[in-house]
Amino acid sequence: MASLGDLKPSKKIVPFVNESTLVPVKSNKQILWAWRISLCCALALIVLLPILSPDPYARILRVLPDGILNTFLVTICSMALALIIGVLTGLGQITTFTPVRILCTTYVEIVRGIPLLIQLFYIYYALGKFVALPAMISAIIAMAVCYGAYISEIFRSGMQSIPKGQMEASMALGLSRSQSIIYVILPQTFRIVLPPIGNEFIALLKDSSLVSILAISDLSRRGREFAAATFTHFETYTMIALIYLAITLVMSKGVAYFEERTNYYEN
Amino acid sequence: MKTDQTKTKLRIEQLSKTFNNEVNALQNVSLEVETKEVVVIVGPSGSGKSTLLRSINALEIPDSGSIYLGDELIHMDPKHIRLVRERIGMVFQQFNLFPHLTALQNIILAPTRVKHIRKSQAEERAHDLLRTVGLTDKAKSYPGQLSGGQKQRIAIARALAMDPEVMLFDEPTSALDPEMIKEVLDVMVHLAKNEGMTMIVVSHEMGFARAAADRVIFMDKGQIIETAPPQELFNNPKEERTKRFLNHIL
Ligand SMILES: Nc1ncnc2c1ncn2[C@@H]1O[C@H](COP(=O)(O)OP(=O)(O)O)[C@@H](O)[C@H]1O
Ligand SMILES: [Mg+2]
Repeated sequence: MASLGDLKPSKKIVPFVNESTLVPVKSNKQILWAWRISLCCALALIVLLPILSPDPYARILRVLPDGILNTFLVTICSMALALIIGVLTGLGQITTFTPVRILCTTYVEIVRGIPLLIQLFYIYYALGKFVALPAMISAIIAMAVCYGAYISEIFRSGMQSIPKGQMEASMALGLSRSQSIIYVILPQTFRIVLPPIGNEFIALLKDSSLVSILAISDLSRRGREFAAATFTHFETYTMIALIYLAITLVMSKGVAYFEERTNYYEN
Repeated sequence: MKTDQTKTKLRIEQLSKTFNNEVNALQNVSLEVETKEVVVIVGPSGSGKSTLLRSINALEIPDSGSIYLGDELIHMDPKHIRLVRERIGMVFQQFNLFPHLTALQNIILAPTRVKHIRKSQAEERAHDLLRTVGLTDKAKSYPGQLSGGQKQRIAIARALAMDPEVMLFDEPTSALDPEMIKEVLDVMVHLAKNEGMTMIVVSHEMGFARAAADRVIFMDKGQIIETAPPQELFNNPKEERTKRFLNHIL
């Protein structure tokens, strides 16, 4: 009789992990090699092109740094806010208090059904009619509200993938429901959701190029301005694509690190 | 068998539970368990053994009937249920250890968070309990690093850490490989014989029942069919259904 107790719960109940980005974990040789090759090529081109052909590549490289900073600023602020929204509404989606549950689930459904671009316009222009917020703030709010919904879903399904026996064992020991969530369910959930959340982080960084539409000087906007002024569309967008690629490749290695670490306490 | 104090520790009256308006998991079950008594429950799968055990600490809310712990009626409201659960330990078939916590952390979680015992004090007690279950060297191990038998012994230590008045065991050895069953049963026999723990054990381990049980209860279709001391129930069952069941599992 194979003992049921040795089933590793929640080990690979994360079907959404590999959806958006190919994660270069050690166990997947093919993707790991693809990752190494792409990163080497991207970095080599970013370094070599400006050396071999300083005009216009070196000039392009010089106008981009504060764009990159803005891209990071938008991404990190949105992500931090989205995580807070995601955890809270994720908990809201599984609470036994029905009004909150319905509210949170509705938020997730609505937001996931509307393109991010429209949400950006909505918060900046449409709601701008009532409260005029700086473009940067509008952008961060819009991205956070949008990604908060996706992260909420990840948290909800992550929490629900924790075997029911965990909650029962915790309650049987006399912990309250909220104590059980804090000390038993959430710590296990964080480990499960780290990789998919990392993927959302990468997706958010890429989507942050949309904020250039609100006249925020991020990487994309900086590039577009330079290309328009110098008519070097091919060279500029090549450089921008390479920079986005290098950043997301490095980030996906970070996700892989978390994914490999997630189960360190099992075996 | 019981010496001086024959005080009722747990009294269950007319307990009924129906799932989905059709499955009668429990039908008017009544049962009294005395302090320091060890009751073993046997019965076919689906006969309501788990539902009975889970009703006692309100993991299942019965439709009707009442449960008294000591002289105190258990009210099925969250506050009171929590207080009752602190006094009743439960051990599950699937262990249900917290995989993100070490054995020691599993054991001290409830004492520190529910009873607000100081961590150092809780750890000291945890080490004593680890000695009781024979796992002093596993304090820092995660559940994933333990065998099934070791996990279940940690789960027993975790339940004992709350100093429960009653321990409930729901098929504690059914998920174990045969060679690990004994180490868990030994701990349970020790609890029954040396620590005088009041225990209700759902288990088909006849050896354990003969060694430690004061009474064996046979359940079928949500009802208690027969109750007798182990020798009697296993050797001379009175009811036809009990006989058929025993023939089946022996
Ligand atoms: N949560 C539940 N939902 C629906 N039916 C259940 C549930 N738990 C138990 N049952 C049913 O109640 C009956 C008794 O189950 P249980 O107490 O688990 O029996 P045992 O532990 O003796 O095998 C079974 O028919 C089972 O299918
Ligand atoms: Mg059962």
